[in-house]
Amino acid sequence: MSQRTRQILTSGVLLAWALFLWWAERNLDAYYVRVLNTAAIYVVAAVSYTLINGIAGQFSLGPNGFMALGGYVVALLILPLAQKEMGWILEPLAWPFNTFSLPPHLFPLAVLAGGIVAVAGGFVVGFPSLRLRGDYLAIATFGFGEIIFVLANNLIGLTNGAMGIKGIPNYATLWWTWGWAIFTIWVVRNLAQSSFGRAMKAIREDEVAAAAMGINVFRLKLLALVVSAFFGGVAGGLLAALISTVSPTIFTFTMTFNLLVIIVLGGLGSTTGAAVTAVLFTVLQELLRIVETPIRIGPLQLPGVSGMRMVIFSVLLVALMLFYRRGLFGRSEFSWEWVLGKFRQRGMASASDQSGNLEA
Amino acid sequence: MQATSREILKLERVTMNFGGLTAVSDFSLDLFPGELVGLIGPNGAGKTTVFNLITGQYTPTRGRIYFEGRDITGWPPHLVTAAGIARTFQNIRLFGGLSVLENVLVAYHVRLRATFWEAMFQLPRYNREERRMRQEGMELLRRVGLERLAEAEAGSLPYGQQRQLEIARALATGPRLLLLDEPAAGMNPEETRRLMDFIQHIRREFNLTILLIEHDMQLVMGICERIRVLDYGVSIAEGPPEAIQKDPRVIAAYLGEAEEEDVVG
Ligand SMILES: Nc1ncnc2c1ncn2[C@@H]1O[C@H](COP(=O)(O)OP(=O)(O)O)[C@@H](O)[C@H]1O
Ligand SMILES: [Mg+2]
Repeated sequence: MSQRTRQILTSGVLLAWALFLWWAERNLDAYYVRVLNTAAIYVVAAVSYTLINGIAGQFSLGPNGFMALGGYVVALLILPLAQKEMGWILEPLAWPFNTFSLPPHLFPLAVLAGGIVAVAGGFVVGFPSLRLRGDYLAIATFGFGEIIFVLANNLIGLTNGAMGIKGIPNYATLWWTWGWAIFTIWVVRNLAQSSFGRAMKAIREDEVAAAAMGINVFRLKLLALVVSAFFGGVAGGLLAALISTVSPTIFTFTMTFNLLVIIVLGGLGSTTGAAVTAVLFTVLQELLRIVETPIRIGPLQLPGVSGMRMVIFSVLLVALMLFYRRGLFGRSEFSWEWVLGKFRQRGMASASDQSGNLEA
Repeated sequence: MQATSREILKLERVTMNFGGLTAVSDFSLDLFPGELVGLIGPNGAGKTTVFNLITGQYTPTRGRIYFEGRDITGWPPHLVTAAGIARTFQNIRLFGGLSVLENVLVAYHVRLRATFWEAMFQLPRYNREERRMRQEGMELLRRVGLERLAEAEAGSLPYGQQRQLEIARALATGPRLLLLDEPAAGMNPEETRRLMDFIQHIRREFNLTILLIEHDMQLVMGICERIRVLDYGVSIAEGPPEAIQKDPRVIAAYLGEAEEEDVVG
């Protein structure tokens, strides 16, 4: 298949998706729009997370920390001044955030700033831990998330402590969230398929051999972590502007756990796999709300169990690890050749069905 | 002492201790451009450790290492590779999940001039370089006879071809000195003979100096001009193959090993 055909197919799908978003914005009710937005944010977070965990093979538990940084930065930048005056009761909001509020058209700048602060976080956590071989990154990133949690609770002059920041304007429209989602997929996929991605995969396969090929292992691990942190920050910033509130409890380890489920289900190391699973996960999570609310089946009154969804996801994860190791996509990326191949196979299968040729 | 620029590699009284164990003791070695030298010795003699010292996996406890007159003692592995030394591993260490071509392309990454921004946004300079790397990679695979397998997963190749690919991958780093750690391990005599031909071939074709570790003495006799023998970390003999074969100390070292094996089982 020629490059040109692929480009046309991809542009066609993007255009169809844009039309759908345009329609959705006008016709779907707020709940569904929010689910769509959430899905996009999960795409940003999951695709970037798989870069460090799946492509570079370095076990990071950092996303919740990076997302928290992005979330708070965006909140502080776009929160209206009125809110900034009223919201902080125990302690006034610190300078310079109490002096300005970015207007809606500078929202992208705020999100970018969230990403950049998360990058700084990525350096802080990656610099000491990535020099060492082994699972230091997992420990360091986990600790990082916990530190952010403690800081969010205690730096009241910035974060308003446990009460969190409320009344963040809902700038995260479908266009921004899906725009970022598609941008993230494009960029991370390009990187993963480039020479840099090859070097990261080489490190995943065999760190000693990668170094013997001249790869600066530390630098590439750090690159993977930092790019991943950037989009984590972006995802957090978008989330803040979607749900209009940030507080320490939004960015707990559960967030990282969800993302871990997504990237493993998607096939660790596949960016498009992570994207597809992120959407499926969001939808499934909404559908499963049923199990957490009380329901009546005839005479039977079932109480809702909160946290039940996580149990179901955990069971799903374990089942998948047992029976379907490679996840949805394995390490492969989505490609048009693969899709067309599937169609051809199906066409051939139905043709042979018609000729009465039944095979197991 | 100043290293002369005549030797391509010079080890000066290198010692490596692991805790109480002295794996390599007071080891000196001079390699001259274009030579093919064998490093032999019984199992556990310290041969692989010598490679790990040269390539920067370990930093010697004492002693200096010079490559083309430059002191490379303590350099990290990726810089040693960039300086022009490539190696293979005793237990093959390919990037099993990557394709044969990708295994080779990894070695070209250091030469990439485009930044990661250009790769991320697929800018023209990066795309040009990527195309050129792929061409070059295919060309290299052709030269070593692996081009038909370019898209195959490296981990799925038969053993002999994995060995060959590992050498090809080392060549892709553009080395002047190649270190081969028991390349014939696990091969039958016929495969071994072909491998030795292959090594001779690439040595000429790529203008290499080669240091070859071999456990089995007979194998290296045919192709090495000069052989160095290690036993318990100590250099016990050096000379042309015929002399080494007759050297009583070498025979004793290998006899000792045979006896140990008899005792063990
Ligand atoms: N990283 C290490 N830590 C501790 N001991 C080691 C290490 N590497 C090698 N050794 C020891 O050094 C000695 C020489 O090993 P090696 O160089 O692998 O021998 P050879 O390659 O000649 O078979 C052995 O006794 C081995 O156990
Ligand atoms: Mg060895």
